[in-house]
Amino acid sequence: MIERDTVLTTGAAGRLGRLVVQTLHRKYRIIAVDRRPVRGLPKDVTHIRSDLRRRALDDVFRSQNIKAVIHLGLVHNPRANDDDYRFNVLGTQKLLDLTSKYEVDKFVMLSSANIYGPHPDNSLFLKEDDPLLGAQSFPGIRDLVAVDRIVQSFFYRQPNVETVMLRPVHIVGPRVKNAPSNYLRLERPWVISGFDPMIQLIHEEDVVRAMLLALNPGIKGVFNVVGPGEAPLSKVLKILERKTISVPGLIAWPMLERLFRFKMTSFPTPEIRHIQFNCIVDGALARNVMKFEPRYGLIETIRSVRGFED
Amino acid sequence: MGIRRRLAEKFVPDRVRSRMNRIGIELGPMGVDPFGFEPTVAKYAATPMEQLYRRYFRVITDGIENVPEGRVLLVSNHSGQLPFDGMMIGAALFFERDPPRYVRSMIEKWIPRLPYISVFMARIGQIVGTPDNCRRLLNNEEAILVFPEGARGISKTFDKRYKLEKFGTGFMRLALETNTPIVPVAVVGAEEQAPALYDAKSIAKFLGMPAFPITPFFPILGPAGLLPLPTRYRIYFGEPLKFEGHGDEDDDVIQKQIDQVKSSINSMLHRGLRERDGVFR
Repeated sequence: MIERDTVLTTGAAGRLGRLVVQTLHRKYRIIAVDRRPVRGLPKDVTHIRSDLRRRALDDVFRSQNIKAVIHLGLVHNPRANDDDYRFNVLGTQKLLDLTSKYEVDKFVMLSSANIYGPHPDNSLFLKEDDPLLGAQSFPGIRDLVAVDRIVQSFFYRQPNVETVMLRPVHIVGPRVKNAPSNYLRLERPWVISGFDPMIQLIHEEDVVRAMLLALNPGIKGVFNVVGPGEAPLSKVLKILERKTISVPGLIAWPMLERLFRFKMTSFPTPEIRHIQFNCIVDGALARNVMKFEPRYGLIETIRSVRGFED
Repeated sequence: MGIRRRLAEKFVPDRVRSRMNRIGIELGPMGVDPFGFEPTVAKYAATPMEQLYRRYFRVITDGIENVPEGRVLLVSNHSGQLPFDGMMIGAALFFERDPPRYVRSMIEKWIPRLPYISVFMARIGQIVGTPDNCRRLLNNEEAILVFPEGARGISKTFDKRYKLEKFGTGFMRLALETNTPIVPVAVVGAEEQAPALYDAKSIAKFLGMPAFPITPFFPILGPAGLLPLPTRYRIYFGEPLKFEGHGDEDDDVIQKQIDQVKSSINSMLHRGLRERDGVFR
């Protein structure tokens, strides 16, 4: 990868996607693909509004000399439907097929450390080759596990493509809106009585920096991407000065399930496990191989969910 | 600081506080280590632990100087139905050794499912006993307590007292792999704190517990029957044993090394039984 090489980025309309494009376009030529309309992209970025599964994508690969693909375009919809599943799995497959067909040098995939799943008998500090049990208790993310596996097998089948899979911990920041950051933004968040797991957070800009490092020549493989350390959930909420509501697990589960069914909350019930059990990963590989170090400290990272106003 | 916190602070003696500052475990920016251990909370637990250690079990500790600095596996016999033996070994290293060491012990995998207990265990530095957790702690130069007899040891009936059950091989493989010295530990006195006459296996199975001991006091006296008898504890720390290997040897090779540890614990147990003249004295 040299300066002004062409990088294709999926999911550019998303909050994290826009941040990636805004950071990368200073160094590379960016083609942003998203089926949603995109606003606020830099002028020199080409936007192609298309579903990954459509032919338009083939034309892009054929006509442009693409050197790297950054795949962020997964749907993380709490109310997952069949089309989301197909979009994630088939879209990724299509992207991989084109990557090998047009001999793209690099494929960077943004997966997530959630796919290891929070379990009471987890070792702390899961490594990259630990089993992906996330979908066992949360079937809603089974497409994300499937995508992770598809990319892993691509890594072994296509040794001439440098495939990098990043599995960051909970991404938070002023821009992103995902389950963990939305939870931390609640004024009165629920906690489960008698549980206080260790939590790992990473700042959105640190994730983007990890992606930039992943584009460096020679980097390939699966990497957990860990932010500035671990803290108990209670301390994280304390720093945000939240007034918590302690709900016994036996009540929290059925209650959240009903709230979710009647669309009164966007938190799927199995997410409770994240505020109950540990899902802590080991980021040593990314630190040693990619030379990744987060720039935001623990307290800064936690406070970043409040947005830009403070 | 809330009223409850301030009240609790009053009960923590300065020596506990100053010892807690000298344990040499690295903490994160919020005073918690990556595993969830929080010394500011653990000192509240250390205070009643000292009372148990000095007043209740009136522990006599021998050979504490055998516990080296840096990574170490403490391997002990296990007895007494409830794990007071583990607590007292921890208390000995915290209150008797200079500088103090804070022992991590490996807890059962189902404990993190329990509300409150899971958090308490994490804050006082106890960790789910997976090999990965153990390896990481040893590489951080910490002291880990293991009971290779596991549930077999702690729940054995009174007629089998001071007879070592079969040892698991995991601890030896970890010691070899991480190049960790083993300090054998013998606890005398815990066997008599809750003499189990019978282990009601069918009830245990029904309740999902590893054992259901019937003692002269439990379950007749209800929860009060869980209180251990105030027997006198004697804890012996043997000389560190260093073994050569990689940890992936055949079972019979490992077994020979384990037998060395076992015989060291056994001889300390016999010495302890000789040295005492009465269960309570």
